[in-house]
Amino acid sequence: MVASTQTNGTALIELQGVTKVYGEGHAAMRALAGIDLRIEQGDFVAIMGHSGSGKSTCLNILGCLDSPTSGSYRFQGVEVSQLTRDQRARLRRYYLGFVFQGYNLLKRTTAIENVELPLIYRGVPARERHQIARRTLAAVGLEGWESHSPSELSGGQQQRVAIARAIIADPSVLMADEPTGNLDTARSEEIMDLLCRLNREAGITIVMVTHEADMAEYAKRIVHFKDGRIESDQQNGRTN
Amino acid sequence: MLWNTLLLALREIRRNVMRSFLTVLGIVIGVASVITMVTLGNGATQHVTAQIASMGSNLLMVTPGRRMGPGQQGMAPAFKGEDAQAIAREIGSVSAVAPVSTGAATAIFGNENWSTSVTGTTSEFIALRNMALHSGRNFTTSEAHAGAAVCIVGQTVREKLFGSQDPIGQRIRLGSLSFQVIGLLEAKGQSMGQDQDDLVIVPLRTFQRRISGNQDVRLIQVSIRDGASTEKAQQDIRLLLRDRRRLAAGEEDNFQVMDTKEISTMLTGATQVLTGLLGAVAAVSLVVGGIGIMNIMLVSVTERTREVGTRLAIGALEREVLLQFLVEAVALSSLGGLFGILLGLGASFGLKSVLQVPFVFDPGIAIIAFLFSAAVGVIFGYFPALKAARLDPIEALRHE
Repeated sequence: MVASTQTNGTALIELQGVTKVYGEGHAAMRALAGIDLRIEQGDFVAIMGHSGSGKSTCLNILGCLDSPTSGSYRFQGVEVSQLTRDQRARLRRYYLGFVFQGYNLLKRTTAIENVELPLIYRGVPARERHQIARRTLAAVGLEGWESHSPSELSGGQQQRVAIARAIIADPSVLMADEPTGNLDTARSEEIMDLLCRLNREAGITIVMVTHEADMAEYAKRIVHFKDGRIESDQQNGRTN
Repeated sequence: MLWNTLLLALREIRRNVMRSFLTVLGIVIGVASVITMVTLGNGATQHVTAQIASMGSNLLMVTPGRRMGPGQQGMAPAFKGEDAQAIAREIGSVSAVAPVSTGAATAIFGNENWSTSVTGTTSEFIALRNMALHSGRNFTTSEAHAGAAVCIVGQTVREKLFGSQDPIGQRIRLGSLSFQVIGLLEAKGQSMGQDQDDLVIVPLRTFQRRISGNQDVRLIQVSIRDGASTEKAQQDIRLLLRDRRRLAAGEEDNFQVMDTKEISTMLTGATQVLTGLLGAVAAVSLVVGGIGIMNIMLVSVTERTREVGTRLAIGALEREVLLQFLVEAVALSSLGGLFGILLGLGASFGLKSVLQVPFVFDPGIAIIAFLFSAAVGVIFGYFPALKAARLDPIEALRHE
């Protein structure tokens, strides 16, 4: 069953025949072998697959961290597959947020300073930045933890800080790469609940890579990758 | 953005205070040594200039040897006492002439002995050198002629040999001969680390016979009558000495007749060459300090690879990452420069009493040292910063 039901109008994300080849000649490795994927505004997509299935490569391309070898990637209707490094950086700055498995917070830097980071690159003045960061930390349930550094926070709290950092600049899409990979089940569920709430209440589109079926269950739609191709793409029965 | 970057850089430096300090230690030491060398060198130059100016403008110094450049002398035959007499006799504008020969000797009085410098000269010497007698008397003409065993001592020699005793009329031994002390000089104090009161003055003839054993005179000091032309006297002495030394028409002078301005230029030239050399050595240590900064910045970039990856993912441009690390390196090296300047000024201030050199603060050299250290940051910080900026965000995020 193919989920591209709304074929009319412009999708938020549209991949057509996207391939990615690493290396050249005999050493060449085909990570993506032609991907067609449409993601609408407000969706919550879980990308699943074994390691080497191409799911991370796909997320890197969706997150504009990498360019496809061939094929077309339209973001809000604009072709972005052949952008330069700096152009992709600007795109990430204004439209994308990232959450990583290892949190990737700056060491010896307080939670609020970590959360502010994207606003610094957007040139938001310091006062305004503090206000927004404070509000965003509160939104992920970390009121009162502003001046703690990552080493003083639990894994779940660190991931919340990372989520706050990802959403502070109101991105169109949140790219999450194994966001619960380093957390225990209870903490993982809290993080997934938070992501669902952000998707539902703030309307943030979420694309999440995971290999845990439990976590994928939280998404509205599950896409399975195998050997660089999409194996299945289904709406999730669960409603949240 | 630049202001933010600067704050960010300072925060990064603060986060690693110990490492930052060790990193810039090279720059601190380099700048401190440049500042110390130049400050002390300037002090020495000023001191020499002031001292020579105090000698008066009507003084000439005649020394054997060719002029070769600042502070250098070629080999040439020494003068004789008769050369000094000839200058006094034949040059009309000369008011006083003192031939000078110096050597080292041990002065002995009772159980006390003291190594000092012995100057053989004439009675004009004391006045020519701006010295004065504290007590006793100068040589008489007959004593000078006869090469009598009489001497005038400086305050340091008096203190070491006689303690609180009155030295006048006592007999001291210099080498093999016993001398009667007939005069005591006024104290003149230290000059550039040299004790000007540590000397014994004896008549030239006595010196030549009893101490040096030869007729050589290494220096003739000449003072010119007030109102007479120094240039003219210089020229007259030159011609007289060329004649006495039997130089052919085409031959170069094998002696120099210098006025105080030239002496001052020669001496300051020497200190300036020395200052320049020491400054250059210190500048090398600045470059070494720069390499230290580059080293640590490279380590820092590697260590913060994930941070760079995160920043790039968030949307930092290549040049923003470059700028961040560059500003960090420059902030680091400039802080080092600032500390170095303070340390150098402190050191020169502390050393001024040890080296007897006045403290002359030159803001120009401080500014140059600061800019130089900042430039070291730019030059040695650029490569690590470029390395950080060129990182692939995906690789960097995966870095352990």
